Amino acid sequence: MTDPSTLALFWAAVIAAAILIYVLLDGVDIGVGILFGTTRDEAKRGEMMTSIAPFWDGNETWLVIIGASLFAAFPAAYAVFLGAFYLPVLLMLVGLIFRGVAFEFRYRSGGMRRFWDAGFAYGSILVAFVQGAAVGAMIRGIPVENMQYAGGAFTWLHPFPVLTGIGLVLGYALLGACWIVLKTEGGLRDWAYARIPWLAAAVFAVLGVAFIIALTTDLGAIARSNLGQRSWGLVLPMFSLVALLGLLAGARTRRDAVPLTMAMAFFCTAFLTLGVMFWPHLIPYSVTVADAAAPDVSLRFFFYAGIVVLPVIVAYTIGVYWVFRGKIERLKT
Amino acid sequence: MELDPVILSRIQFAFVISFHIIFPAFTMGLAAWLATIEGMRLFTGNPLYRRIFDFWLKVFAVSFGMGVVTGIVMAFQFGTNWGVLAERTGSIQGPLLGYEAFTAFMLEATFFGIMLLGRDRVPPGFYFFACCLVSLGTMLSSFWILANNSWMQVPVGHEIVDGRIIPADWREIVLGPVMMVRWPHMLLAAFLTSAMSIASAGAWYMLRREHRPAAQVMLHWGLGLAAVLIPVQLFFGHLTGLYVLKHQPAKFAAIEARWQSQQPASEVLIAWPDEASQRNYFAIEVPRLGSFIASGNWTARETGLDAFPVDDRPPVVIPFFGFRVMVGMGLIMLGVSWFGNLLRWRGRLETTRWFLWGTFLSFPTGFIAVLSGWYTAEVGRQPWVVYGVLRTSDAVTPSLTTGDVLLSLTVYVLVYAVFGGFGTFYIYKLLRDGPVTAAEAIPNATASRPLAFADTAATATGSQTGAGGIDD
Repeated sequence: MTDPSTLALFWAAVIAAAILIYVLLDGVDIGVGILFGTTRDEAKRGEMMTSIAPFWDGNETWLVIIGASLFAAFPAAYAVFLGAFYLPVLLMLVGLIFRGVAFEFRYRSGGMRRFWDAGFAYGSILVAFVQGAAVGAMIRGIPVENMQYAGGAFTWLHPFPVLTGIGLVLGYALLGACWIVLKTEGGLRDWAYARIPWLAAAVFAVLGVAFIIALTTDLGAIARSNLGQRSWGLVLPMFSLVALLGLLAGARTRRDAVPLTMAMAFFCTAFLTLGVMFWPHLIPYSVTVADAAAPDVSLRFFFYAGIVVLPVIVAYTIGVYWVFRGKIERLKT
Repeated sequence: MELDPVILSRIQFAFVISFHIIFPAFTMGLAAWLATIEGMRLFTGNPLYRRIFDFWLKVFAVSFGMGVVTGIVMAFQFGTNWGVLAERTGSIQGPLLGYEAFTAFMLEATFFGIMLLGRDRVPPGFYFFACCLVSLGTMLSSFWILANNSWMQVPVGHEIVDGRIIPADWREIVLGPVMMVRWPHMLLAAFLTSAMSIASAGAWYMLRREHRPAAQVMLHWGLGLAAVLIPVQLFFGHLTGLYVLKHQPAKFAAIEARWQSQQPASEVLIAWPDEASQRNYFAIEVPRLGSFIASGNWTARETGLDAFPVDDRPPVVIPFFGFRVMVGMGLIMLGVSWFGNLLRWRGRLETTRWFLWGTFLSFPTGFIAVLSGWYTAEVGRQPWVVYGVLRTSDAVTPSLTTGDVLLSLTVYVLVYAVFGGFGTFYIYKLLRDGPVTAAEAIPNATASRPLAFADTAATATGSQTGAGGIDD
């Protein structure tokens, strides 16, 4: 196996960071969308949308950053990934479309508001499910021949990815509930607090089951993955567990910023676990970072995007969160 | 025509991009218009500009939202349907599209949030700055997209090593001569599209005798801008023609419907080109003019489609008519904008109702020109996806089946029909209501939902600043 160049490693790290940022930021938006569908109270719905309105567009754009970086730095992996997930990607895009237009359409739709509200909620669920299912399918491995995807359109569909898909729906909903707690006051905050323990327990249950299946059944995913050799990686799920407990403690004592911090820590450790399982593969377990890397002349040209532009993007992303900081009620004045 | 993954993927790509391109073409011009109007408001303090800004911001918000979601779909098409293209040319197209995402997409998306919801959260100067950044973002976006598409039209600055396409000279790839003609052509097309739409909206309100001061600004600015830009656009269109003649002679022959090489060559003004019999029916031709247009003298020999192997010839009907429709729309814009300014100079613009009707009805000219021009360029380069390097038929994802693409195409058509239909309807409703004042627009919305999105956001902040006295 050839070693990847430094530039390829740089881009692998940038893409990994971008995926994590996307999951943490847009995960909140999607989670709020999922919770949005569980109430019919218009006041709550309005507040929920207000809490994410200034951010969702920028957050979603991280998905484009990921796609574009993958295409630029690892075109072969991009082609395989999107070939393997042809239908899930289609479903995700449909979900994103309905989510995205709902922000603009629901307030001018009159009698159609129910329709766009449903689009917002179901679109959110669809996006979360498909992203979670893709992770599950990757844990199982993706068939590749001659650097092109060699499976069918439904190869990804299997009980295990369905389970991980449900897991991510619950996980994003948990992130969303923690965000609502941070950004709102009064009835909606109480409502979200009441949902946190249930969501945390459900996430724990689903991921626990998924983890045991991955460890024990014929998937052999763990054995084929690198967690077999890197057993120190099993420390990471322990940290995930600690983060979940911290989340519950924060929710119990009603310190508004703690649950979201802990939920994000939980997602970070879960993400690192996957990283240990997959490394050095971009497409488990067939395409490595070195296999898929674009020629260095491309990576060098694109390097400036990562080293100059990306920090600027991070800076103004933080800036926008700063401009719209605080509880949303205070935005009134 | 057999339905295989290639033709279905082509139909899908054409459908998705046709739908998408309408919105950037519109929002690129609108973003610049909004930045200009906000600048005018900031420096003159005239509340009329605020009213016009708030009104067009709502239209912009809906169009921009639709542009974003259809743009995300575009970004994934390369990988889902054109896997071989993505893998083989990814080392060139990837960084170009990557720079679009990094420099433009994020800028637009992030500062769009401030533009829409942040009026009373940031200082007025910064708000204007955010408007300018959104406008800059839309133009940067088109820069990278056109750089990428221009490389696919006329691939330069690369070498092929062991079957892999490797970039050799990025300056040539990004700033190639073709790009420097096609990007201004696209920018001007977008500005003209918005200018005609704004003028048309102004004419509409004039005809209905509503919102007169705002309508006058829209009418004057829109027609004034179009009148200045259209000659520049005709010039860049001419330069675009020259690059096609030089680099893509088969496309040029298809646009001219010139089946056989001719000396001297006539110019087909209008005809019905027939692919099967390789000739034109009902042709109206001007002798020798074809030679003059292409080569600048009256007797030059011009290449026909017969000079190319059958497998390398593009379809003729779409480029032929696409080009003529585009030019026709340009001539309508020329006529409307120049005559409108003549009327304005004589002080009769607002009272000449038949002309206001004409201006109102010319609102789709820009959109039609953009679409037909794009079809001319894209269909005319077939059968190549990367001209002379990679054939479209070889670029499709190998694992795709006809059923997969049929399913995805159906889903896209249905989804786009639903939200495109409603989006257009909501934009129409916004335009119909016109630039009403804040108090008229929100009978009771601000109290319960202070920052609830474009509908109330622009007007809500309006009423707040009205009360707080920032700019009134």
